[in-house]
Amino acid sequence: MQKIAIIDYGIGNLYSVSKALEQVAGPQDRVITTSRPEAIASCDRVVFPGQGAAKDCMQALRTHGLEETVMEAARNKPFLGICMGMQVLMTKSEENQGTGCLAFYEGDVKYFGNHVSVGAGEDRYKVPHMGWNAVRQDQAHPLWAGIDQGSYFYFVHSYFVHCTDPALVAGTTEYGLPFTSAIAKDNVFALQCHPEKSAASGLRLLQNFVHWDGESRIH
Amino acid sequence: MSLAKRIIPCLDVDAGRVVKGVQFVDIRDAGDPVEVAKRYDDEGADEITFLDITASSDNRNTMVHVVEQVAAQVFIPLTVGGGIRTVKDIRTLLNAGADKVAINTAAVFNPEFVCEASARTGAQCIVVAIDAKRVSTGNEAPRWELFTHGGRKPTGLEAIAWAKKMEAFGAGEILLTSMDCDGMKTGFDLELTRAVSEAVGIPVIASGGVGTLEHLAEGVSLGCADAVLAASIFHFGEYTIGQAKAYMASKGIVVRT
Repeated sequence: MQKIAIIDYGIGNLYSVSKALEQVAGPQDRVITTSRPEAIASCDRVVFPGQGAAKDCMQALRTHGLEETVMEAARNKPFLGICMGMQVLMTKSEENQGTGCLAFYEGDVKYFGNHVSVGAGEDRYKVPHMGWNAVRQDQAHPLWAGIDQGSYFYFVHSYFVHCTDPALVAGTTEYGLPFTSAIAKDNVFALQCHPEKSAASGLRLLQNFVHWDGESRIH
Repeated sequence: MSLAKRIIPCLDVDAGRVVKGVQFVDIRDAGDPVEVAKRYDDEGADEITFLDITASSDNRNTMVHVVEQVAAQVFIPLTVGGGIRTVKDIRTLLNAGADKVAINTAAVFNPEFVCEASARTGAQCIVVAIDAKRVSTGNEAPRWELFTHGGRKPTGLEAIAWAKKMEAFGAGEILLTSMDCDGMKTGFDLELTRAVSEAVGIPVIASGGVGTLEHLAEGVSLGCADAVLAASIFHFGEYTIGQAKAYMASKGIVVRT
């Protein structure tokens, strides 16, 4: 029996994440959606979701007094960031005229519109990047176990992560340009896409996470 | 590698039951939204749209329970449309596990509702559904207008300008239905689809008129749609989602496999 915390800081709908984790967790495991720092600290592994604007996410983390709790979890237990939960781990985002993030990793979050041709008309990329896109696995990782190279995952986002450290990149996706769709280091794995909405591939990744010992190498 | 074009089966739900007779031979209860949604998920549907056609307001909450049950077992994006009028309606559906809501009539009567909804829940959740009918005749330049009440009531609003306005108001996606083609099985109104898709910088879902797999492929290749939605060709077992994807792939369209 283990406890899995989904960090609830008032941003977005956590029902699907919770149901997907319950689906892949063991019958004795408990999936808890919580905003209480001590409850999060007492869990064996932590899922850090998020949606909406970077500024709102950072503000909500501060309001709930959860910044240090998130950082602490990312330092010492199996940790899965999803969507904005990946973006706010970086240094800063271009969103809302520049928003400082948690700076757990060095890198920027950039707007598609500043880097690829977006908008109406032929040969333009529509924003948000919405739908199923392929993820190239850039490093062998326990969380990719059983998932084919280039599998499709579901994305909904207008901003993307650019890592300063290439060793951090665990997955890359193309949308007008190649962008980092997954990062991994030590006990942290984070994804731009939504595993809870990515059918079999997403459920397999969540299942791998639920069983992960937090080591980034393959045993 | 690139973004796949989506195939979206659409289910009409009346008082919590799937209607229009879904005919899968091996499904125990063809009226059960969970069973039908699971089946489409297994076949490889990229997303599922539920259209609440419940007439009585007494049964409004039924749809919320349907979404909750489906979202607990089917892990692909879910869109819900039909009778959504307030931000509270939207929040309730999102909390039940819907990813997006489709707003139609409420947007026509109160466009600011789209602004408010988008600001409060995020553009990615807000699909604006447009029911358009061709009003030009003969040699006139093509022109489409919005109709409400299942295509019966004209609004005088021009469809392309309306789509652009809805994008500016914060829509994250357009669900475009041709009322001329809907139910006809003669294919999408490709001219309309292309005109709207090229006018906006948000994804466009083509809807209305699919009778063959070729129609689905044309919606993307000629209509420039980002996704195609169909109901009857999947419900009546004429084609599976897998067959649709294989056909589209054979035409050089990127699909999720």
